[in-house]
Amino acid sequence: MLNKSLHLNEKMFEDGAEQKPTRHGFGEGLVEAGRINERVVALCADLTESTRIIDFKKEFPNRFIEVGVAEQALATIASGMASYGKIPFIASYAAFSPGRNWEQIRTTIALNDVAVKIVGAHAGVSVGPDGGTHQALEDIALMRAMPNMVVIYPSDFYEARKATLAVVDNGKPSYIRLAREATTVITTEKTPFEIGKAYIYWESKNPQVAIIASGPLLYEALVAARQLDEIGVGVVVVNNPTIKPLDQQTLVDVARMCKAVVSVEEHQVNAGLGGALAELFAKNYPVPMEFIGVQDRFGESGNPDELLGHFRLKSKDIVESVKKVIARKAAAGESSS
Amino acid sequence: MTFDDLQNKANKIRQDIIKMLIEAGSGHSAGPLGAADIFTALYFLVMNIDPKNPNWEERDRLFLSCGHIAPVLYATLAHRGFFPLEELSTLRKFGSRLQGHPERKRLPGIESTSGPLGSGLAQACGYAYAARMDGRKFRIYCVSSDGEHQEGNHWEAVMFAGKNNLSNLTLLIDRNNIQIDGYTEEVMPLEPLADKYRSFNWSVLEVDGHNIEEIANACSHARAIFENPTVVVCHTIPGKGVGFMEGKFEWHGKPPNTSEAVEALSQLRTLGGKIKSEHE
Ligand SMILES: Cc1ncc(C[n+]2csc(CCOP(=O)(O)OP(=O)(O)O)c2C)c(N)n1
Ligand SMILES: [Mg+2]
Repeated sequence: MLNKSLHLNEKMFEDGAEQKPTRHGFGEGLVEAGRINERVVALCADLTESTRIIDFKKEFPNRFIEVGVAEQALATIASGMASYGKIPFIASYAAFSPGRNWEQIRTTIALNDVAVKIVGAHAGVSVGPDGGTHQALEDIALMRAMPNMVVIYPSDFYEARKATLAVVDNGKPSYIRLAREATTVITTEKTPFEIGKAYIYWESKNPQVAIIASGPLLYEALVAARQLDEIGVGVVVVNNPTIKPLDQQTLVDVARMCKAVVSVEEHQVNAGLGGALAELFAKNYPVPMEFIGVQDRFGESGNPDELLGHFRLKSKDIVESVKKVIARKAAAGESSS
Repeated sequence: MTFDDLQNKANKIRQDIIKMLIEAGSGHSAGPLGAADIFTALYFLVMNIDPKNPNWEERDRLFLSCGHIAPVLYATLAHRGFFPLEELSTLRKFGSRLQGHPERKRLPGIESTSGPLGSGLAQACGYAYAARMDGRKFRIYCVSSDGEHQEGNHWEAVMFAGKNNLSNLTLLIDRNNIQIDGYTEEVMPLEPLADKYRSFNWSVLEVDGHNIEEIANACSHARAIFENPTVVVCHTIPGKGVGFMEGKFEWHGKPPNTSEAVEALSQLRTLGGKIKSEHE
């Protein structure tokens, strides 16, 4: 059952449920942030419209800075501005920022520990026809390996807006990962969001597996939970928007409750959300795990839905992984008893 | 082929670009149309290549740095016989060899993967340097857009080529004055571009990027320069040949819709090979 106390979008499973891109949530959130805090500035590298920084540019032309196609300058100019005391948001596609400017981010933002907000748009294979060069699938790994960095991957429009507002005041280098496509709106304005908190969005009776998702594929996880419910397989679905720092308490609790985990993300399975969870559970409460994500391959051209299917990132793939991890749990139980 | 034949060829390539984009439903219009004459000159006159033997050891190499103009590269390769023309309609589709941005391992005739801007010239430099170490005689070409001249990686390579006198390298710039957010001189000015290259120890030639003869002559001239690398600044009109796209940065990254494509094709067809020098 969907968790009633979180004010989720009750119509999310209906035909024609509202679809909005997370990058638009960022665009709106940034304008609000600009109104609330005059230290907020925005920088862009020739992608003003598609990253949705355009809304901020329109309202605050004097607080918008165009650096040209120059992601390394984007990060380092922002670092200087943050040292001065501004709160810079820098936006490009994730393939280029943090893809191209990783070392600049590492030294001048993370090691300096200055509050630059890095916004990586167009992440994942759902970028579609642009192809593998533009489909960032390693950015979570890059950013979560970096000390001082907060890593947030919003699951829908509203969460992206809240995350944008939340990082304004966290005083930390922060990375927000966004998607290009319109995706199902899962939450509402009233749904709680706090950096570093995971939330149980779905809980069946006698759950056997915890599905832990970050980003818009959370919706596929919820669809899978409904299908599993119909065939009598109970699961918990956790929305885990903050990949760093992880909400250790909530996550270890669900692992302890279910004793099997499936991670879900539109990213390489190596070193992304699944990797972070595996590290956490190996240390605190080892459980069998299956990993939904891209299996050590590059993306390619195609339409977004076709690619999600091809890379096995859809609800039916999650259902399969849940069955597989249940079988592994049972086998482990038998061999140990 | 006469220059008139080549102009016709470029026109056909432009028509195919429009057809590919309409079929794909996404992709870049202005850059590819504007660069059609450059690609026609390179593949039909300048470069020493064998389409039936794309990996021929002695071939000239082309590094396309600005991968988003892939439609013009693909259409030119198909017209030159590297693969069947019919395959052009698979652009950007699932399973196609014609990825949204070119990938080296997928299609014959592609020397390197590109799309992320500013890294093509450095690869061409590395290739040219290595080829010279081994005394190889073929030439290395690089096509770069003006927008990507804002990337540091590009200028690091300009410095490297200048220092090392890489005279086996010719860079052609698609100087169309647009990028995504606007005109280059508004977003982040590049001028004086030619002087910048001169100050980095390059030979500089400037041509009308829609005059195939001028482009080819400049490349021949570059072959006769032994002391340093050559850049050919090709002045182009983005969207060339399609009136409502010409000069407009708004057409950087979107395809025409059906009625716009019909109009674009009819404009290109009626011009029928008359796309010649701006100055004629
Ligand atoms: C490293 C990198 N940053 C950003 C982009 C996104 N992008 C694609 S084309 C382009 C700039 C366009 O300028 P130009 O290359 O001159 O293209 P034209 O419009 O003339 O075809 C940008 C910023 C990219 N492909 N690579
Ligand atoms: Mg340009």
